[in-house]
Amino acid sequence: MSLSALTKPWAATSYGFLDASAKRELRRKMLKAIAVPGCQMPYASREVPMARGWGTGGLQVTLTLVNPASTIKVIDQGADDGVNAASIRRFISRVSGATETWDTLGASIIQSRHRVPEETLGADQILVLQVPNPEPLRGVEPNMSIARQMHADADYGRLWLTLYEQIVRKGRIMQGAAYPSLVNGRHVMTPSPIPRWDVPKLHMAKHLTFLSAGREKRLHAVPPYTRVEPLVFSDRPYRVEDHADLVCRRSGISGYFMNEIPQDHGGSAFEVSDSNLGIKAIRRAEGEPVEIGATWYQDGEFSA
Amino acid sequence: MSIDMTSAPAALLPPQLMRTEALLTMSGLSKTYGSVRALRNVDVTVYPGEVMGIVGESGSGKSTLLRMMNLEDTPDQGDYRLQLPGKDDDNLFALDRYQRRMLCAHHIGIVYQNPHQGLLMRHSSSGNVAERLLIAGERSFDVLRSKARDALDASEFPLARMDARPAELSGGMQQRVQLAKAIALEPALLLLDEPTTGLDVSVQALVLDTLKRLQRDRRITMVLVSHDLGVIRTMADRVLVMRHGEVVERGLADQVFQDPQHPYTQQLVHAKL
Amino acid sequence: MQTPETLPLLRVEGLTKTFRMFHLDSMLHAFEGISFDLRAGEFLLLKGRNGAGKSTLLRTLWRSYLPVGGHIWYQSKLGTIDLARAADVDIALLRRQEMGFVTQFLNARPRVAAQDIVAEPLRLAGQSQAEALDQARHWLGEFGVREELWRAYPSTFSGGEQQKVNLARALILPQRLLLLDEPTASLDVGARRALVRRLDDLKAAGVAIIGVFHHPGDVTDLIDREIDLATHPVSADNELTHVAV
Repeated sequence: MSLSALTKPWAATSYGFLDASAKRELRRKMLKAIAVPGCQMPYASREVPMARGWGTGGLQVTLTLVNPASTIKVIDQGADDGVNAASIRRFISRVSGATETWDTLGASIIQSRHRVPEETLGADQILVLQVPNPEPLRGVEPNMSIARQMHADADYGRLWLTLYEQIVRKGRIMQGAAYPSLVNGRHVMTPSPIPRWDVPKLHMAKHLTFLSAGREKRLHAVPPYTRVEPLVFSDRPYRVEDHADLVCRRSGISGYFMNEIPQDHGGSAFEVSDSNLGIKAIRRAEGEPVEIGATWYQDGEFSA
Repeated sequence: MSIDMTSAPAALLPPQLMRTEALLTMSGLSKTYGSVRALRNVDVTVYPGEVMGIVGESGSGKSTLLRMMNLEDTPDQGDYRLQLPGKDDDNLFALDRYQRRMLCAHHIGIVYQNPHQGLLMRHSSSGNVAERLLIAGERSFDVLRSKARDALDASEFPLARMDARPAELSGGMQQRVQLAKAIALEPALLLLDEPTTGLDVSVQALVLDTLKRLQRDRRITMVLVSHDLGVIRTMADRVLVMRHGEVVERGLADQVFQDPQHPYTQQLVHAKL
Repeated sequence: MQTPETLPLLRVEGLTKTFRMFHLDSMLHAFEGISFDLRAGEFLLLKGRNGAGKSTLLRTLWRSYLPVGGHIWYQSKLGTIDLARAADVDIALLRRQEMGFVTQFLNARPRVAAQDIVAEPLRLAGQSQAEALDQARHWLGEFGVREELWRAYPSTFSGGEQQKVNLARALILPQRLLLLDEPTASLDVGARRALVRRLDDLKAAGVAIIGVFHHPGDVTDLIDREIDLATHPVSADNELTHVAV
């Protein structure tokens, strides 16, 4: 056996774009993040052919996870056909040989900006969320060193305090997306800016979730079957967005998270935010044999 | 009780004790910052329901001592024990950060001279009180609201302004918010670090009056640090006189002021009277 | 070993007080070797010229001054204790529960109403606010403080009115041992009569009283015994007024 037999042939770029040491570091950090659910792990965010803030954190995690047998789905606010989502998906498949898909059920890795798909994810799927700001304490403690110490001490009093003050001043909690949630009863995370609608999907989920912020150089994870509890007062229940009764104007389905489309006359129309779910519904209505998987929400009620 | 018939001068004999259950016992505290000896072999005992005054000039170590009572700092040597119901009588300096924070949140309240140190200026007054309760694990909004209201009321804070930010309030009102925050969880021990220094005289009297009322109605044990002998004299049952990190004299407040035994205390008392 | 039953309420043995003035580098001898017994219900008058150490003795018994020698055996409800060397906490406790000291001056706290000042000892002893206020008003009335002043701040009162408030506060809670330091100074006739009446009641209830009176004539009928401090040798140069702040 010679050295050349053990070495891969020369190539212009490494497999999956990132060099081996970058992937090794990320793998270590991802394992650490799984070991301490919700705890932010710093990593050396590498340059990728995309500007920071456009999903570089999610991309690096996906590039580390991907292999030629993977099937990749990338969504931006629920849509597979956004320019950014399409570019990222094509880039990943080009550097890794992975298959591309729009179908949630068929994907092994789902990289997402700001949404969790409506169809229930399974144990063989990994969700990678792109996170702009991973620090839930940023609003109450601008000094990151102190914020870290607060995480270490589980000192979340001031975070609770902002919720208290929202109720005092506005009569209700104003936090929309990125609702701070306690992971595994220990660390509070900001679950990227997913809507409140999506937070319960992470609680005791079968799938693994990574949340990665490329600009902030930190990632955290929610392992399968881990508690994710939004911070709520015992006498002020957690409420998801009032989308249960909205009907998608294109696919006609209802009971899912909707995009609001402002109309010229001042009203609003709604379209289902998970675009592939809408496509499936339209195809099925046209008689095609399309499989729609089980969904987290049924008739607008969370039931997982 | 046996009767000791020795005829040695009374002051030289160790004190005879009837009641021994101290709330706070600190013994053998020493602390050096660089080359500065902040505390040197300091012993303090505080009994339930009393007001212990600590006097001394700037740099005497009185604030360092109070910081240690609040577990914000640990000495190089020494023990700190609090007699709390249902708690082990462990050396508190041996606790880890989290345990210390929880212990302080539940059992120790503090009012600082500077409200910026004790208050979150960008949050509401009631929120400042509520934060204390939140740290201790209270998760009902209605309970938070009513307990914050009660604590502010007990501190004689005008409830109409309970959701105003401390930055919008006067110095005296800010001290009342600090006080409400400190007493919200009915602490076993209330620490007061120059609570009225910086307030004008009439406001100072009002705040002292509130403290006195709290002490009377709730029997809260207090440790009061001040360089103002008048404040100590009005408030304290017993007094500790500190100088250069050492306790030079301790005794009943009236005794220390009327019959000081240490040259430094005599000088201090005469300078002030 | 004596048993508590055979001891009087208070037994003073060889009590000695010396002040050490560090800045003058000198010693002031107040009194030396004072001994006496006091039983429950007895009234003891301290006599002596100005500066003989009458007030100093009272304050030493009260432990505002630390004795340098001797014993003050006191039969508290909790047992016999030597006030000369008891721990500060115990003294504080006894002051709250068993001993009273009436001085010539009221330590009026700013912005506390007269009735609240008077009610305070009862509040500290655990009575309810309403009950304590009720009693406070009764004694303010008894000592002749006009009703419209009850809710006013005594720091603004005249000396005589302040002294009435002071007496009402000091005598409101029945003690076992009462020390009086010229309580009648600056009192009008009516208040003086009320004071004597109250002292008589307390004495009948078994309170032991030691008093210094500028005009002992007021209390002649109450006096059981007298101690003349002038008969005790003290150094000539003492000027206790400097120390008795």
